[in-house]
Amino acid sequence: MNLLFDFTVDKATNTIYITREFAADLDLVWDAFTKAEILDQWTAPKPYRVRTKEMDFREGGRWLYTMVSQENENPSRYSLVDFIEIHPKTDFSTRNCFADENGIQNGNAFSLVKNSFKPGPEITTVHIEKKFDDLATLEMMVKLGYIEGVAAGLNNLDEYFRTLVTSK
Amino acid sequence: MRRDIFQAIADPTRRAILVLIAVQAMTPNTIAEHFDITRQSISKHLRILSECDLLAQKQEGREIFYELKIDKMKEIDVWLDQFRKIMEERFQQLDQILFTIKNKKK
Repeated sequence: MNLLFDFTVDKATNTIYITREFAADLDLVWDAFTKAEILDQWTAPKPYRVRTKEMDFREGGRWLYTMVSQENENPSRYSLVDFIEIHPKTDFSTRNCFADENGIQNGNAFSLVKNSFKPGPEITTVHIEKKFDDLATLEMMVKLGYIEGVAAGLNNLDEYFRTLVTSK
Repeated sequence: MRRDIFQAIADPTRRAILVLIAVQAMTPNTIAEHFDITRQSISKHLRILSECDLLAQKQEGREIFYELKIDKMKEIDVWLDQFRKIMEERFQQLDQILFTIKNKKK
């Protein structure tokens, strides 16, 4: 089955729009985006995996997770997702940032995300709207999130981040 | 041959190489030590990265070190594309999970 994947960027508003179809019914797709036991299975790039520390899916609740690998079972960087608004089986909005293991935000960068779900006869369409405070934040989040995932375990990673900060 | 920069980051091994040499300049041998693949395929990846104009070479004694042309990687479009690829891979993983769950229910 050919499933739609659309990714557009509006640089003027620092917003990324993603549309993706999934070959499953609304109930299942909703669960896949909101339940830790399923999120843990697909949100990290292989061979990394997500380990959820806390998940409380309700307005005002949060999801705190980290990406682990065989080389690094205890990374210091966590990702924090605060649930702002939830309309069950329709949409939910979050505020996403990096954090420490206790869910205290690292740095100032964050993004606001709205995930909307549209049921169809055989497929469910998910719209994701991700707004950054500026595109440099996106660059930083991709860099940190990606490098954390791919290169976790490299001893000199902290040094690399320091060079990036000072070179700017 | 001139290649598109997105080709460079389309492959997970090349992305990992970029991360490695972003930290410090390395010889092809040192790079190869980080991977479970042949020295030959590392050379192939390095060649593609060079063709994408992402690598600078410098000679030290008898050895050649590769380093990342960091300015090139700073282009925001590169990060956007990288983000797009990350999302694409995530969703493909989700497709598999959904498929597995659906089959279990049957």
